[in-house]
Amino acid sequence: MNSRAHILARVRRNQPPWRALPEIPSFERPLADPWAAFAKALARMGGSVAVPTEGVALDALISARFPQARVICSATPEVTGTRAMSTVGAPAELDDVDVGVVRAAFGVAETGSVWLSEREFGINVLGFLSQHLVVLLDPRSIVPDLHHAYRHPGFREARYAVFMTGPSATADIEGVLVRGAQGIRTLTVIPIAGADPRSTKQQGRTA
Amino acid sequence: MSRVDHAEASSKFIEAKDHADFHDKRLWDLRKKRDSESEAMPEWEALRTLASAIKEHTLTHLGDYLEQFEKNATANGMIVHWARDAAEHNQIVHAILEQHGATTLVKSKSMLTDECEMRPFLENRGIEIVETDLGERIQQLDDEPPSHIVVPAVHKLRGDVAEVFGRTIGTDATNTDVPYLAESQRRHTRPYYLKAGAAMTGANFAIAETGSFVVCTNEGNADLGANLPPLHIASIGIEKLLPKVEHLGVFVRMLSRSALGSPITQITSHFRAPRPGTEMHVVLVDNGRSERLGMEDFWYSLKCIRCGACMNTCPVYRRSGGLSYGSTYSGPIGVIIDPTFNLRKYSSLPFASTLNGSCTSVCPVKINIHEQIYKWREVIAKRHQLPMVKKEAMRVAGKVLASPKLYRAAVEAAAAGLEHLPRFLVYNPFNAWGRQREVPSAPASTFRQWYVANRGGER
Amino acid sequence: MKVALFIPCYVDAFFPEVGIATLELLERLGCEVDYPLDQTCCGQPMANSGCHEDAHDTEALFARNFAGYDYIVTPSGSCAHHVRDQMTAIEQTPAVQAVRRNTRELVEFLHDVLGVREFPWAEFPHKVGLHIGCATLRGLREAKASEIDEPAFSKPGRLLSAVKGLEFVQPERPDECCGFGGTFSVFEEPVSAKMGHDKVEDHHQAGAEYIVSPDMSCVMHQQGCARRAGLPLKFIHIAQVLNGARA
Repeated sequence: MNSRAHILARVRRNQPPWRALPEIPSFERPLADPWAAFAKALARMGGSVAVPTEGVALDALISARFPQARVICSATPEVTGTRAMSTVGAPAELDDVDVGVVRAAFGVAETGSVWLSEREFGINVLGFLSQHLVVLLDPRSIVPDLHHAYRHPGFREARYAVFMTGPSATADIEGVLVRGAQGIRTLTVIPIAGADPRSTKQQGRTA
Repeated sequence: MSRVDHAEASSKFIEAKDHADFHDKRLWDLRKKRDSESEAMPEWEALRTLASAIKEHTLTHLGDYLEQFEKNATANGMIVHWARDAAEHNQIVHAILEQHGATTLVKSKSMLTDECEMRPFLENRGIEIVETDLGERIQQLDDEPPSHIVVPAVHKLRGDVAEVFGRTIGTDATNTDVPYLAESQRRHTRPYYLKAGAAMTGANFAIAETGSFVVCTNEGNADLGANLPPLHIASIGIEKLLPKVEHLGVFVRMLSRSALGSPITQITSHFRAPRPGTEMHVVLVDNGRSERLGMEDFWYSLKCIRCGACMNTCPVYRRSGGLSYGSTYSGPIGVIIDPTFNLRKYSSLPFASTLNGSCTSVCPVKINIHEQIYKWREVIAKRHQLPMVKKEAMRVAGKVLASPKLYRAAVEAAAAGLEHLPRFLVYNPFNAWGRQREVPSAPASTFRQWYVANRGGER
Repeated sequence: MKVALFIPCYVDAFFPEVGIATLELLERLGCEVDYPLDQTCCGQPMANSGCHEDAHDTEALFARNFAGYDYIVTPSGSCAHHVRDQMTAIEQTPAVQAVRRNTRELVEFLHDVLGVREFPWAEFPHKVGLHIGCATLRGLREAKASEIDEPAFSKPGRLLSAVKGLEFVQPERPDECCGFGGTFSVFEEPVSAKMGHDKVEDHHQAGAEYIVSPDMSCVMHQQGCARRAGLPLKFIHIAQVLNGARA
């Protein structure tokens, strides 16, 4: 008997009497100001907000925020950066990226999270090799909580989908919080409505 | 295999006062952070009830959900393997690595791989393994197992980490600045992600409906690993199954709040299919879980989502440290699952508890931990794994307390003994009570003597 | 109603004043109380060690001694919890089940059965740290545990708040276990003692003069720690306070 059959047989033999699956109730709580709730949660998790200024292009806003950055790689056509995603071959080439730029599909007010998949990243590891990540987010896309968030069709369609909530972090040494552990050192959300990220204008790849 | 002596190990732990005090305070702080989250959420207790019910449903239909997961994961392009036990898990992983010619493996935190003792197995076969989680890396470099399932090096102070890193990765051993130490590990580990032939992760949850799995981390290490090398292997215990994506709403909301008092981990990743041109393997592992499923008193332990909240709240764990349990799984959850791995070796663990029940109260999936601890004591007594001293003491107690005459004689003797014995006889190394405590004073008469004298005896 | 008094062995041996106060308090509140003279123990020490066979005869004796009463009242939460929830070494006849069902810890009995809220004779002008033992707290649910998100309540607290002059002080860890744990106190002595010392230090830092508790087993352990540490803490059972003890 192969292991699969062996395990399944033992599991089925030992399963206790059936318990019913409960319904998840709706924990509806109307959010007066989703953006404010999101921003507050984001700040708590170590993320920042950069509010776009009238007349200032996104590229300029990002350069001003990261004056030392040499390599700015954007997965969204709304920002040009210094390196086009279309020119990137292997994921490891993103090792020298100072600032990665993406547009999130939506945000979650409860936690301050943004949702990204291979479509939004172009190359997934942009979200982790970059020293800093800038995330464009349409405030109208913010859902109240994770129950809502998990209804998003992306969980059935994307190969890889991630909630990013602030920068990477660790408190493994003496409980001292270090923001910027091994992934991104900072995460900045720019609240700005944009083109549908599923539009054909998106020039990213799907790796 | 010799028995773990928790009391002996705890004694050493407590003697290192600075370390012990920090350990206790740090974990209590995590418990308080959890409380802040639970108090801020009106539906907290409702979610616990839901989470428990979802897990119980899943476990009682586990065969079907495992098949559904496999079917969907395979359709997504994942390759699914089944491992009966730790040895088979290790062999499967090795075979996959060999097939791909991968000799360097980056891995994120997975208690399951520790449970299977995978690292020495692979290292003996020429695979270089780099633990990428900071806490796990510290422990790997120090050749010590992790002491806590969420914060593996919680028992170490910054000076210890500086010493380990100085000795192994060439940092300045006198520099104990925590950001410096974390940055050092970042810089030292980063090249490995870029050159490794393979990455391994565990999984917090596996979703049957979509054939996907979820990895919750804070550091970014799991996702660097999973998204760089062309090969990703995920080790998943069969009890990690959940039926549907919507259930993640409940579990992801509870996991980090319970573990660290933060609403979500910084990175919560959902893997449904490999990146084009790469391979993704899942190893579903039994290693005693299917057997535990059939234990009427103990199958609820399979609901565990590995949050560590029970460890953070346990007053015994906080004062003895995870290493004193001698197992991958320590603290309250360790106490109830370790005896299934080796009853004799872990027979002292269910007694490393006051049965206070705090663990049960914080468990997000409502495992009745302290009740299972109580039940394990009965199993251990029945299977003759109690230390002789205790067994005899209980036998004698059972006889004395069942006889009114013997009981009265003993009570009166105890009271008299305390009254008359010299201090050195009462306080000596054989009297464990008296090592750090005074014994009670002897009263003039027992209650019963008073009652008979003042209330006229027989009723 | 017919009430019987069960006095745990350590109260019988070391703290008879607690038994006396319990008896007097119940009588003051109008109860006629029997004290079966052949009582010994509820079986908890053996059962908690997993030695259910060794607990059998003791539990059987308990069931025999306390048969036929409307309530069996005991000044010990851990004993009441054992009897109600874990006394299963003996055959569960209807008589045994009745004894188990009817056993109450003192505070439960006063609060739930007699519904007492006033103690006009009581006065305790001291700063008090209230210690509720874990079996009493999480087993008998006599108060909200800090882990559970629910409205605050405390049966012992409620009763004590009726005592003139009594002022509660809050330790930093209000319901962390004190480390007695029965045989744990001996077989895991290092951790047990550390927990006990931490507990009394916490109360001391909070400004407590007295630790008041429904659980003398915990008190015995904490008192032992406090005395060894030379802390000026005093200890008293809730029955004594409610019965009018001034100190």
